[in-house]
Amino acid sequence: MAKKKKIEGLVDFAILSMKYKTRLTKKFENRIKYEDPNFDLIKSYIPGTILEIYVKEGDKVKAGKSLLILEAMKMRNQIAMPRDGVIKSINVVTGDKIPKNHVMIEIE
Amino acid sequence: MSLKKHILDLRKRKEQVQKGGGDKAIEKQVARGKQTARARILALVDKDSFTEFDLFVEHEARDFGMDKKQLHGDGVIIGTGTIYGAPICIFAQDFTVEGGSLGLMHARKITKIMDHALKMRVPLIGINDSGGARIQEGVNALAGYGEIFYRNTMASGVIPQISVILGPCAGGAVYSPALTDFVFVVDKISKMFITGPSVIESVLGEKISMEDLGGARVHAETTGNAHFFSDSEAECFDQIKKLITFIPWNNSKKAKTFPPKQPKFKGNIEDLIPSDPKQPYDVRDVIKGIVDDSDFFEIQELWAANIVIGFGRLNGETVGFVANQPLVLAGVLDCDSSDKAARFIRYCDAFNIPIVTLEDMPGYLPGADQEHAGVIRHGAKVLYAYSEATVPKVTVILRKAYGGGYIAMNSRHLGADFMFAWPMAEIAVMGPEGAANIIFRKDIEEAEDADAMRAIKVQEYKDKFANPYVAAAKGYIDSVIEPNETRALLLHAIEVSINKDDHRPAKKHGIPPF
Repeated sequence: MAKKKKIEGLVDFAILSMKYKTRLTKKFENRIKYEDPNFDLIKSYIPGTILEIYVKEGDKVKAGKSLLILEAMKMRNQIAMPRDGVIKSINVVTGDKIPKNHVMIEIE
Repeated sequence: MSLKKHILDLRKRKEQVQKGGGDKAIEKQVARGKQTARARILALVDKDSFTEFDLFVEHEARDFGMDKKQLHGDGVIIGTGTIYGAPICIFAQDFTVEGGSLGLMHARKITKIMDHALKMRVPLIGINDSGGARIQEGVNALAGYGEIFYRNTMASGVIPQISVILGPCAGGAVYSPALTDFVFVVDKISKMFITGPSVIESVLGEKISMEDLGGARVHAETTGNAHFFSDSEAECFDQIKKLITFIPWNNSKKAKTFPPKQPKFKGNIEDLIPSDPKQPYDVRDVIKGIVDDSDFFEIQELWAANIVIGFGRLNGETVGFVANQPLVLAGVLDCDSSDKAARFIRYCDAFNIPIVTLEDMPGYLPGADQEHAGVIRHGAKVLYAYSEATVPKVTVILRKAYGGGYIAMNSRHLGADFMFAWPMAEIAVMGPEGAANIIFRKDIEEAEDADAMRAIKVQEYKDKFANPYVAAAKGYIDSVIEPNETRALLLHAIEVSINKDDHRPAKKHGIPPF
């Protein structure tokens, strides 16, 4: 049999029960890995600017109360408390420009 | 004026207008590493074949001081020509004239040559190099884009449409290339995006360079918007010319045939492939071992490389190849590779190009990101495209065809005309290890030496199912073949399929999952 050329950059790659030798793509390596959602972390669903903050750490807040205004695409988005709880920490200040999925407020 | 004077006057006028935006603007264009629009056309078409239309068109804008501006040809050059003797229509935006911006007359020229291409049933090539809509012309510019998109859609599947991005192509302008069949980009020169870096930064606060946002490499590797990537305009034009040799002029013709040639590859084709289905190899080597002159013209080489698509010739006739690539992500189907294969299959079907599928298929890519990105919807495109296609469809199963992947890759059940399998092909619901673990779970659990028992049961399953003969016994595979017979049998399959006449139920159009 002809001598095969050595293939570089191979890794183990499992599909079902088979483990293949193959290369990965940049896109695959950079994929966003799934995490269980944590509803106590209030994240920005769109990149934008913090215009106003209505609560402070330690506040007891009822579900539905406005926590802050996140301006994005020229719209003032009201971010509301998802459930009754306490503000554990606030990670933004007025005027902050934040990316998507930035943890703005943590509640407990 | 004497006749002679008229002729001299015409020459003078032509010379003036052909300079486009003038010497200074041309100097700037060249300094950016770009050729002028006219030089590009002349570099692309056969010598002395370019015939220009509408050289003397002038814009009609009257506002914002535009009435005092003369824009030669209104920033775009259109005409007809030939490439290796094949007639084509072409337009090239001229960045030296008002940044190649698109106004009403500019758009009229483009739609005129598009109409001409469609009427004449010849390929259309568009060279895009434009700053975008000419803002001074307001909604007229937008109307122009819309009329171009409409014609792109009308011409789709009737004549080949090729877009060449040789400069910025931003905002609405990107949608014309996106509607065409093949998009060519050149490193450092091509830029495509809907909203540019400055808008993204001001609205979203995200900083990104133009190159990282929508440079040639991004579209060739990440987005899949581009089909061909090159390092220079000259290389890009060579790619376009080569593509033109592989495709027909329109959907009622076949691609030109060339004198048949043997592959350059000499040797045993099975030696290219490790017999262990878990070991990788480059499936392009197999294609090159089969096609005429070992000349395989790959499309979207850098994007979704886990599937390989492209053109080659068998006995001089153009054939479209679709092949799983074990070298990358084990050759799985995922969202991107499904998208890539499905569109190519539909292209081949529209333009009477037989499809050869080389299958070495481990299944679909598992992962929450894939499921959430819609691998169901994207994967369905492959099923749709293969089922819908009425051109000759031939499949060769090289080493494995597991699960849903077996069905998707042009199986008999989706209407394959010829199903060949190499003798080592494993055709099964899943790999032997997985299958044995499920079927013989109890035996394995209860055994004293579970691993030894598992090995026995895996072998048992392999002997029984992981071969092509179970499928062949049902007629799902027409023929189990020796690898070295592959080329001869493919040649035969294409030859005897020449009169294939397969019809679909009459309908306005189907609803493919895109």
